Amino acid sequence: MSRSDEGSDEASSCRIGGRDVTESLHERVVRGDQRAVARLITLLESGHPDAQREGAELFPHTGRALVIGITGPPGAGKSTLVDQLIAEYRRRDLSVGVLAVDPSSPFTRGALLGDRVRLRSFVDDDHVFVRSMANRGHMGGMSLATPAAIRVLDAMGMDRVIVETVGVGQSEVEIMNAVDCTVVVEVPGMGDSIQTMKAGVMEIADQFVVNKADRDGASRIAQEIRRLLRERGVGRRDNLVVSTVASTGVGVDELVTAIETFLAAQRASGELERRRVRQLHTELERHVSQKAQHRVMAGLHSKVTEDILNALQHRTRDPESIAAALIDESLNVDANSPVGARRAGR
Amino acid sequence: MDAPIRILLTKPTHDCHDRGVRYLMRVLRDAGFEVVFTNFLVSDDVLSAALQEDVDVIGISSSAGGHMPVFEELMDGLREREMTDVLVIGGGIIADSDAVRLREMGVGEIFGPGGSPADIEAFIRQHVRRQPGVAVR
Repeated sequence: MSRSDEGSDEASSCRIGGRDVTESLHERVVRGDQRAVARLITLLESGHPDAQREGAELFPHTGRALVIGITGPPGAGKSTLVDQLIAEYRRRDLSVGVLAVDPSSPFTRGALLGDRVRLRSFVDDDHVFVRSMANRGHMGGMSLATPAAIRVLDAMGMDRVIVETVGVGQSEVEIMNAVDCTVVVEVPGMGDSIQTMKAGVMEIADQFVVNKADRDGASRIAQEIRRLLRERGVGRRDNLVVSTVASTGVGVDELVTAIETFLAAQRASGELERRRVRQLHTELERHVSQKAQHRVMAGLHSKVTEDILNALQHRTRDPESIAAALIDESLNVDANSPVGARRAGR
Repeated sequence: MDAPIRILLTKPTHDCHDRGVRYLMRVLRDAGFEVVFTNFLVSDDVLSAALQEDVDVIGISSSAGGHMPVFEELMDGLREREMTDVLVIGGGIIADSDAVRLREMGVGEIFGPGGSPADIEAFIRQHVRRQPGVAVR
Protein backbone atom coordinates (compact mmCIF):
# COMPACT_ATOMS: atom_id res chain seq x y z
CA MET A 1 0.00 0.00 0.00
CA SER A 2 1.44 3.36 -0.96
CA ARG A 3 1.52 6.32 1.35
CA SER A 4 -1.10 8.28 -0.54
CA ASP A 5 -3.52 5.35 -0.20
CA GLU A 6 -3.00 5.28 3.54
CA GLY A 7 -3.57 9.00 3.74
CA SER A 8 -6.98 8.76 2.09
CA ASP A 9 -8.07 5.94 4.40
CA GLU A 10 -7.53 7.99 7.50
CA ALA A 11 -8.01 11.56 8.52
CA SER A 12 -5.05 12.70 6.46
CA SER A 13 -4.50 15.87 8.44
CA CYS A 14 -3.10 14.01 11.42
CA ARG A 15 -1.26 11.22 9.66
CA ILE A 16 2.21 11.42 8.21
CA GLY A 17 3.73 8.34 6.64
CA GLY A 18 0.92 6.21 8.01
CA ARG A 19 1.53 7.29 11.59
CA ASP A 20 -0.85 9.23 13.76
CA VAL A 21 1.13 12.37 14.46
CA THR A 22 -1.24 13.46 17.19
CA GLU A 23 -0.13 10.47 19.23
CA SER A 24 2.72 11.57 21.44
CA LEU A 25 5.97 9.75 21.97
CA HIS A 26 5.11 8.52 25.47
CA GLU A 27 1.77 7.11 24.27
CA ARG A 28 3.62 5.17 21.58
CA VAL A 29 6.14 3.93 24.16
CA VAL A 30 3.36 2.61 26.40
CA ARG A 31 1.95 0.82 23.34
CA GLY A 32 5.32 -0.90 22.97
CA ASP A 33 6.35 0.91 19.76
CA GLN A 34 10.07 0.10 19.52
CA ARG A 35 10.88 3.10 17.35
CA ALA A 36 9.32 5.49 19.86
CA VAL A 37 11.25 3.78 22.64
CA ALA A 38 14.53 4.17 20.72
CA ARG A 39 13.75 7.79 19.92
CA LEU A 40 12.81 8.76 23.45
CA ILE A 41 16.03 7.28 24.82
CA THR A 42 17.95 9.41 22.31
CA LEU A 43 16.09 12.51 23.48
CA LEU A 44 16.78 11.68 27.12
CA GLU A 45 20.47 11.15 26.36
CA SER A 46 20.79 14.50 24.62
CA GLY A 47 18.91 16.39 27.34
CA HIS A 48 16.37 17.59 24.77
CA PRO A 49 13.68 19.90 26.25
CA ASP A 50 10.91 17.49 25.11
CA ALA A 51 12.51 14.65 27.04
CA GLN A 52 11.65 15.94 30.50
CA ARG A 53 7.97 16.36 29.57
CA GLU A 54 7.76 12.93 27.90
CA GLY A 55 9.54 11.36 30.88
CA ALA A 56 7.05 12.98 33.25
CA GLU A 57 4.09 11.61 31.27
CA LEU A 58 5.68 8.17 31.30
CA PHE A 59 6.39 8.05 35.02
CA PRO A 60 2.93 6.82 36.14
CA HIS A 61 3.36 3.87 33.76
CA THR A 62 6.57 2.72 35.43
CA GLY A 63 7.46 0.60 38.43
CA ARG A 64 6.22 -2.70 37.06
CA ALA A 65 9.47 -4.12 35.67
CA LEU A 66 12.07 -5.65 37.96
CA VAL A 67 15.46 -4.10 37.28
CA ILE A 68 18.72 -6.04 37.46
CA GLY A 69 22.17 -4.43 37.34
CA ILE A 70 25.20 -6.35 36.09
CA THR A 71 28.52 -4.85 37.12
CA GLY A 72 32.12 -5.96 37.42
CA PRO A 73 35.62 -5.36 36.05
CA PRO A 74 36.34 -5.05 32.31
CA GLY A 75 36.65 -8.43 30.67
CA ALA A 76 34.73 -10.28 33.38
CA GLY A 77 32.26 -11.51 30.77
CA LYS A 78 29.37 -9.19 31.57
CA SER A 79 28.11 -8.89 27.98
CA THR A 80 28.30 -12.63 27.39
CA LEU A 81 26.48 -13.19 30.66
CA VAL A 82 23.78 -10.69 29.65
CA ASP A 83 23.30 -12.59 26.40
CA GLN A 84 22.77 -15.78 28.43
CA LEU A 85 20.43 -14.01 30.86
CA ILE A 86 18.25 -12.79 27.97
CA ALA A 87 18.00 -16.33 26.63
CA GLU A 88 17.19 -17.77 30.07
CA TYR A 89 14.51 -15.16 30.77
CA ARG A 90 12.99 -15.81 27.34
CA ARG A 91 12.87 -19.53 28.20
CA ARG A 92 10.89 -18.49 31.28
CA ASP A 93 8.59 -16.51 28.98
CA LEU A 94 9.53 -13.11 30.40
CA SER A 95 10.29 -10.12 28.19
CA VAL A 96 13.65 -8.40 28.62
CA GLY A 97 14.94 -4.89 27.97
CA VAL A 98 18.68 -4.34 28.10
CA LEU A 99 20.75 -1.18 28.49
CA ALA A 100 24.45 -1.79 27.85
CA VAL A 101 26.69 1.09 28.91
CA ASP A 102 30.19 1.62 27.49
CA PRO A 103 32.63 4.47 28.13
CA SER A 104 32.90 7.63 26.03
CA SER A 105 36.30 9.08 25.26
CA PRO A 106 37.06 11.95 27.62
CA PHE A 107 38.91 13.65 24.76
CA THR A 108 36.70 13.27 21.68
CA ARG A 109 33.36 12.22 23.26
CA GLY A 110 33.41 9.34 20.78
CA ALA A 111 32.59 5.83 21.93
CA LEU A 112 32.83 2.27 20.79
CA LEU A 113 29.65 0.45 21.75
CA GLY A 114 30.58 -3.18 21.26
CA ASP A 115 28.27 -5.06 23.58
CA ARG A 116 26.05 -6.22 20.72
CA VAL A 117 28.94 -8.29 19.38
CA ARG A 118 28.31 -10.75 22.23
CA LEU A 119 24.59 -10.99 21.57
CA ARG A 120 23.03 -13.71 19.53
CA SER A 121 20.17 -12.76 17.26
CA PHE A 122 16.89 -12.02 18.98
CA VAL A 123 15.67 -10.34 15.82
CA ASP A 124 12.34 -12.12 15.48
CA ASP A 125 11.54 -11.58 19.11
CA ASP A 126 9.54 -8.46 20.00
CA HIS A 127 10.04 -9.28 23.66
CA VAL A 128 13.71 -8.31 23.59
CA PHE A 129 14.96 -4.74 23.23
CA VAL A 130 18.66 -3.94 23.49
CA ARG A 131 20.12 -0.45 23.56
CA SER A 132 23.78 0.55 23.84
CA MET A 133 24.52 3.74 25.74
CA ALA A 134 27.75 5.70 25.95
CA ASN A 135 28.37 7.07 29.43
CA ARG A 136 29.05 10.52 27.88
CA GLY A 137 31.60 11.41 30.50
CA HIS A 138 29.44 10.50 33.48
CA MET A 139 31.40 8.56 36.09
CA GLY A 140 29.86 5.92 38.28
CA GLY A 141 29.31 3.12 35.77
CA MET A 142 26.20 4.40 33.99
CA SER A 143 25.27 7.43 31.91
CA LEU A 144 23.26 10.29 33.36
CA ALA A 145 20.25 9.21 31.29
CA THR A 146 20.34 5.54 32.30
CA PRO A 147 17.75 5.74 35.13
CA ALA A 148 15.31 7.51 32.79
CA ALA A 149 16.04 4.99 30.02
CA ILE A 150 15.28 2.14 32.46
CA ARG A 151 11.85 3.69 32.97
CA VAL A 152 11.26 3.85 29.21
CA LEU A 153 11.88 0.09 28.90
CA ASP A 154 9.75 -0.45 32.00
CA ALA A 155 6.86 1.58 30.52
CA MET A 156 7.02 -0.27 27.18
CA GLY A 157 6.06 -3.39 29.13
CA MET A 158 9.31 -5.27 29.68
CA ASP A 159 9.08 -7.77 32.58
CA ARG A 160 12.78 -7.43 33.37
CA VAL A 161 15.24 -4.65 32.60
CA ILE A 162 18.93 -5.54 32.69
CA VAL A 163 21.52 -2.77 32.98
CA GLU A 164 25.09 -3.67 32.13
CA THR A 165 27.52 -1.09 33.50
CA VAL A 166 30.83 -0.09 31.99
CA GLY A 167 33.70 -2.21 33.23
CA VAL A 168 34.17 -0.89 36.75
CA GLY A 169 37.06 -0.58 39.15
CA GLN A 170 36.41 -0.46 42.86
CA SER A 171 34.36 2.66 43.42
CA GLU A 172 31.67 2.80 40.72
CA VAL A 173 28.71 1.98 42.90
CA GLU A 174 26.01 4.18 41.38
CA ILE A 175 24.24 1.19 39.84
CA MET A 176 22.84 0.25 43.26
CA ASN A 177 20.77 3.45 43.15
CA ALA A 178 19.08 2.45 39.91
CA VAL A 179 18.23 -1.26 40.18
CA ASP A 180 16.29 -3.73 42.33
CA CYS A 181 19.09 -6.30 42.34
CA THR A 182 22.79 -5.55 41.92
CA VAL A 183 24.77 -8.46 40.51
CA VAL A 184 28.56 -8.20 40.89
CA VAL A 185 30.55 -10.36 38.47
CA GLU A 186 33.99 -11.47 39.61
CA VAL A 187 36.53 -13.61 37.79
CA PRO A 188 39.56 -15.59 38.93
CA GLY A 189 43.00 -14.13 38.47
CA MET A 190 42.24 -10.54 39.42
CA GLY A 191 44.25 -10.41 42.63
CA ASP A 192 44.65 -11.87 46.08
CA SER A 193 42.24 -12.21 48.97
CA ILE A 194 42.82 -8.60 50.03
CA GLN A 195 40.94 -7.48 46.91
CA THR A 196 37.74 -9.12 48.09
CA MET A 197 37.95 -7.33 51.43
CA LYS A 198 38.13 -3.83 50.02
CA ALA A 199 35.25 -1.41 50.32
CA GLY A 200 33.23 -0.32 47.31
CA VAL A 201 31.85 -2.51 44.56
CA MET A 202 32.13 -5.68 46.67
CA GLU A 203 29.77 -4.14 49.23
CA ILE A 204 26.91 -3.29 46.91
CA ALA A 205 26.19 -6.80 45.65
CA ASP A 206 22.82 -8.40 46.24
CA GLN A 207 24.10 -11.32 44.21
CA PHE A 208 27.60 -12.48 43.37
CA VAL A 209 28.69 -14.31 40.24
CA VAL A 210 32.06 -15.96 39.79
CA ASN A 211 32.28 -16.16 36.01
CA LYS A 212 34.83 -18.15 33.98
CA ALA A 213 34.37 -20.80 36.65
CA ASP A 214 36.21 -23.33 34.50
CA ARG A 215 39.46 -21.47 35.14
CA ASP A 216 42.02 -22.01 37.87
CA GLY A 217 41.29 -20.22 41.10
CA ALA A 218 37.55 -19.85 40.53
CA SER A 219 36.49 -21.96 43.50
CA ARG A 220 38.93 -20.08 45.74
CA ILE A 221 37.38 -16.73 44.76
CA ALA A 222 33.91 -18.09 45.49
CA GLN A 223 35.08 -19.36 48.88
CA GLU A 224 36.66 -16.01 49.77
CA ILE A 225 33.50 -14.13 48.87
CA ARG A 226 31.41 -16.53 50.98
CA ARG A 227 33.78 -16.12 53.92
CA LEU A 228 33.66 -12.34 53.58
CA LEU A 229 29.86 -12.43 53.60
CA ARG A 230 29.77 -14.72 56.65
CA GLU A 231 32.11 -12.39 58.54
CA ARG A 232 29.90 -9.44 57.73
CA GLY A 233 26.90 -11.37 58.99
CA VAL A 234 25.09 -11.31 55.64
CA GLY A 235 24.72 -14.05 53.13
CA ARG A 236 22.36 -16.46 54.73
CA ARG A 237 20.98 -17.35 51.30
CA ASP A 238 22.57 -20.52 49.88
CA ASN A 239 22.89 -19.28 46.33
CA LEU A 240 24.24 -15.81 47.10
CA VAL A 241 27.41 -16.74 45.20
CA VAL A 242 26.79 -18.54 41.90
CA SER A 243 29.51 -19.85 39.60
CA THR A 244 28.98 -19.55 35.85
CA VAL A 245 30.72 -20.15 32.56
CA ALA A 246 28.93 -17.54 30.49
CA SER A 247 30.50 -18.67 27.21
CA THR A 248 28.76 -22.05 27.48
CA GLY A 249 25.79 -21.12 29.67
CA VAL A 250 26.78 -23.28 32.64
CA GLY A 251 25.24 -21.95 35.87
CA VAL A 252 23.03 -19.35 34.17
CA ASP A 253 19.81 -21.14 35.09
CA GLU A 254 20.95 -21.22 38.73
CA LEU A 255 21.89 -17.53 38.56
CA VAL A 256 18.46 -16.48 37.27
CA THR A 257 16.81 -18.58 39.97
CA ALA A 258 19.01 -16.88 42.60
CA ILE A 259 18.15 -13.40 41.28
CA GLU A 260 14.44 -14.22 41.15
CA THR A 261 14.53 -15.69 44.67
CA PHE A 262 16.14 -12.49 45.95
CA LEU A 263 13.62 -10.27 44.14
CA ALA A 264 10.65 -12.29 45.39
CA ALA A 265 11.92 -12.06 48.97
CA GLN A 266 12.52 -8.31 48.60
CA ARG A 267 8.98 -7.85 47.35
CA ALA A 268 7.45 -10.03 50.08
CA SER A 269 9.27 -8.16 52.84
CA GLY A 270 8.38 -4.74 51.45
CA GLU A 271 12.07 -3.94 51.02
CA LEU A 272 11.66 -3.67 47.24
CA GLU A 273 9.34 -0.68 47.64
CA ARG A 274 11.38 0.90 50.44
CA ARG A 275 14.52 0.63 48.34
CA ARG A 276 12.80 2.20 45.36
CA VAL A 277 11.62 5.14 47.44
CA ARG A 278 15.19 5.63 48.72
CA GLN A 279 16.46 5.51 45.14
CA LEU A 280 13.89 8.03 43.94
CA HIS A 281 14.80 10.27 46.86
CA THR A 282 18.47 10.09 45.80
CA GLU A 283 17.50 10.84 42.21
CA LEU A 284 15.39 13.80 43.34
CA GLU A 285 18.35 15.24 45.23
CA ARG A 286 20.57 14.73 42.20
CA HIS A 287 18.14 16.66 40.00
CA VAL A 288 17.88 19.47 42.54
CA SER A 289 21.65 19.68 42.69
CA GLN A 290 22.00 19.69 38.90
CA LYS A 291 19.28 22.21 38.26
CA ALA A 292 20.57 24.47 41.02
CA GLN A 293 24.05 24.17 39.57
CA HIS A 294 22.83 25.06 36.08
CA ARG A 295 20.99 28.12 37.34
CA VAL A 296 23.85 29.38 39.46
CA MET A 297 26.41 28.66 36.74
CA ALA A 298 24.32 30.43 34.10
CA GLY A 299 25.03 33.84 35.58
CA LEU A 300 28.48 33.07 36.93
CA HIS A 301 30.59 34.06 33.97
CA SER A 302 29.56 37.71 34.09
CA LYS A 303 30.10 37.87 37.86
CA VAL A 304 33.72 36.77 37.81
CA THR A 305 35.16 40.24 37.37
CA GLU A 306 38.68 41.49 36.76
CA ASP A 307 38.76 42.46 40.47
CA ILE A 308 38.05 38.90 41.54
CA LEU A 309 40.72 37.51 39.25
CA ASN A 310 43.18 40.08 40.62
CA ALA A 311 42.29 39.12 44.18
CA LEU A 312 42.97 35.49 43.31
CA GLN A 313 46.23 36.32 41.58
CA HIS A 314 47.49 38.34 44.58
CA ARG A 315 46.17 35.75 46.99
CA THR A 316 44.11 38.27 48.90
CA ARG A 317 40.97 36.09 48.61
CA ASP A 318 40.73 32.33 48.17
CA PRO A 319 38.58 30.54 45.56
CA GLU A 320 36.28 28.84 48.07
CA SER A 321 35.31 32.06 49.90
CA ILE A 322 34.66 33.81 46.59
CA ALA A 323 32.50 30.89 45.46
CA ALA A 324 30.43 31.05 48.67
CA ALA A 325 29.92 34.80 48.21
CA LEU A 326 28.94 34.41 44.55
CA ILE A 327 26.40 31.70 45.34
CA ASP A 328 24.86 33.77 48.15
CA GLU A 329 24.63 36.66 45.74
CA SER A 330 23.01 34.68 42.95
CA LEU A 331 20.48 33.05 45.30
CA ASN A 332 19.49 36.46 46.69
CA VAL A 333 18.93 37.91 43.23
CA ASP A 334 15.42 36.53 43.23
CA ALA A 335 14.38 38.07 46.55
CA ASN A 336 10.67 37.86 45.67
CA SER A 337 10.57 34.08 45.83
CA PRO A 338 9.85 32.63 49.29
CA VAL A 339 13.28 31.02 49.52
CA GLY A 340 15.06 34.13 48.34
CA ALA A 341 13.08 36.38 50.67
CA ARG A 342 13.80 34.22 53.68
CA ARG A 343 17.49 34.17 52.93
CA ALA A 344 17.57 37.92 52.33
CA GLY A 345 15.77 38.61 55.59
CA ARG A 346 18.19 36.62 57.66
CA MET B 1 25.77 20.63 23.24
CA ASP B 2 25.12 18.59 20.12
CA ALA B 3 24.51 14.90 20.59
CA PRO B 4 27.21 12.73 18.99
CA ILE B 5 26.37 11.14 15.62
CA ARG B 6 25.50 7.47 16.13
CA ILE B 7 26.59 4.98 13.48
CA LEU B 8 26.03 1.24 13.17
CA LEU B 9 29.02 -0.42 11.53
CA THR B 10 28.50 -3.96 10.40
CA LYS B 11 29.63 -6.65 8.04
CA PRO B 12 26.54 -8.59 7.03
CA THR B 13 28.01 -10.70 4.25
CA HIS B 14 29.71 -13.95 5.16
CA ASP B 15 33.30 -12.85 5.15
CA CYS B 16 36.00 -12.41 7.72
CA HIS B 17 37.93 -9.52 6.19
CA ASP B 18 37.20 -7.14 9.03
CA ARG B 19 40.50 -5.24 9.25
CA GLY B 20 39.04 -2.32 7.29
CA VAL B 21 35.79 -1.99 9.23
CA ARG B 22 37.62 -2.31 12.55
CA TYR B 23 40.04 0.40 11.49
CA LEU B 24 37.17 2.67 10.47
CA MET B 25 35.44 1.96 13.77
CA ARG B 26 38.43 3.41 15.65
CA VAL B 27 38.77 6.36 13.27
CA LEU B 28 35.12 7.31 13.71
CA ARG B 29 35.29 6.85 17.47
CA ASP B 30 38.27 9.21 17.55
CA ALA B 31 36.28 11.62 15.39
CA GLY B 32 33.70 11.81 18.20
CA PHE B 33 31.08 9.40 16.83
CA GLU B 34 29.26 6.82 18.91
CA VAL B 35 30.01 3.64 16.98
CA VAL B 36 27.80 0.62 17.53
CA PHE B 37 29.76 -2.33 16.23
CA THR B 38 28.37 -5.75 15.67
CA ASN B 39 28.55 -8.90 13.59
CA PHE B 40 25.45 -9.77 11.64
CA LEU B 41 24.33 -12.50 9.36
CA VAL B 42 21.19 -11.13 7.76
CA SER B 43 19.80 -7.71 6.92
CA ASP B 44 16.88 -8.15 9.34
CA ASP B 45 19.44 -8.12 12.17
CA VAL B 46 20.89 -4.88 10.84
CA LEU B 47 17.45 -3.27 10.60
CA SER B 48 16.45 -4.37 14.07
CA ALA B 49 19.71 -3.09 15.60
CA ALA B 50 19.52 0.21 13.68
CA LEU B 51 16.00 0.76 14.97
CA GLN B 52 16.72 -0.08 18.62
CA GLU B 53 19.99 1.85 18.64
CA ASP B 54 18.34 4.81 16.88
CA VAL B 55 21.41 5.38 14.71
CA ASP B 56 21.83 8.22 12.23
CA VAL B 57 24.00 6.18 9.87
CA ILE B 58 24.41 2.53 8.82
CA GLY B 59 27.80 1.56 7.42
CA ILE B 60 28.01 -1.73 5.56
CA SER B 61 31.36 -3.34 4.86
CA SER B 62 31.68 -6.05 2.25
CA SER B 63 34.83 -7.65 0.95
CA ALA B 64 33.66 -10.93 -0.48
CA GLY B 65 30.78 -10.15 -2.79
CA GLY B 66 27.17 -11.06 -2.17
CA HIS B 67 26.39 -7.57 -0.97
CA MET B 68 23.79 -6.57 -3.55
CA PRO B 69 20.91 -8.60 -2.03
CA VAL B 70 21.94 -7.39 1.43
CA PHE B 71 21.76 -3.74 0.37
CA GLU B 72 18.48 -4.36 -1.47
CA GLU B 73 16.85 -5.93 1.58
CA LEU B 74 18.27 -3.21 3.78
CA MET B 75 16.97 -0.34 1.66
CA ASP B 76 13.55 -2.02 1.30
CA GLY B 77 13.45 -2.64 5.04
CA LEU B 78 14.28 0.98 5.84
CA ARG B 79 11.46 2.12 3.58
CA GLU B 80 8.99 -0.33 5.15
CA ARG B 81 9.93 0.89 8.62
CA GLU B 82 9.81 4.54 7.56
CA MET B 83 13.46 4.90 8.44
CA THR B 84 14.49 6.59 5.21
CA ASP B 85 16.10 9.38 7.23
CA VAL B 86 18.91 6.96 8.11
CA LEU B 87 21.97 7.51 5.91
CA VAL B 88 23.41 4.28 4.43
CA ILE B 89 27.01 4.06 3.24
CA GLY B 90 29.08 1.14 2.00
CA GLY B 91 32.71 0.18 1.80
CA GLY B 92 35.15 -2.61 1.13
CA ILE B 93 35.52 -4.37 -2.22
CA ILE B 94 32.52 -3.23 -4.22
CA ALA B 95 32.70 -3.04 -8.03
CA ASP B 96 32.13 0.34 -9.69
CA SER B 97 29.14 -1.04 -11.59
CA ASP B 98 27.62 -2.17 -8.28
CA ALA B 99 28.35 1.22 -6.74
CA VAL B 100 26.40 2.95 -9.49
CA ARG B 101 23.40 0.72 -8.88
CA LEU B 102 23.68 1.14 -5.12
CA ARG B 103 23.63 4.93 -5.39
CA GLU B 104 20.54 4.62 -7.58
CA MET B 105 18.98 2.53 -4.81
CA GLY B 106 19.51 5.38 -2.35
CA VAL B 107 22.82 4.37 -0.76
CA GLY B 108 24.66 7.58 0.11
CA GLU B 109 28.16 6.68 -1.03
CA ILE B 110 30.49 3.73 -1.58
CA PHE B 111 34.04 4.00 -0.29
CA GLY B 112 36.66 1.68 -1.72
CA PRO B 113 40.25 0.74 -0.92
CA GLY B 114 42.77 3.58 -0.88
CA GLY B 115 40.18 6.10 0.20
CA SER B 116 40.80 8.40 3.12
CA PRO B 117 38.95 7.85 6.39
CA ALA B 118 38.77 11.63 6.70
CA ASP B 119 36.63 11.67 3.54
CA ILE B 120 34.23 9.16 5.11
CA GLU B 121 33.95 11.28 8.25
CA ALA B 122 33.41 14.45 6.21
CA PHE B 123 30.79 12.75 4.02
CA ILE B 124 28.85 11.57 7.04
CA ARG B 125 28.91 14.97 8.73
CA GLN B 126 27.73 16.58 5.51
CA HIS B 127 25.00 14.12 4.67
CA VAL B 128 23.60 12.98 7.99
CA ARG B 129 19.92 13.70 7.57
CA ARG B 130 18.58 13.52 11.04
CA GLN B 131 18.82 16.49 13.29
CA PRO B 132 20.04 15.14 16.61
CA GLY B 133 17.52 15.66 19.37
CA VAL B 134 14.51 16.45 17.22
CA ALA B 135 11.53 14.21 17.84
CA VAL B 136 10.17 12.05 15.05
CA ARG B 137 6.55 12.91 14.57
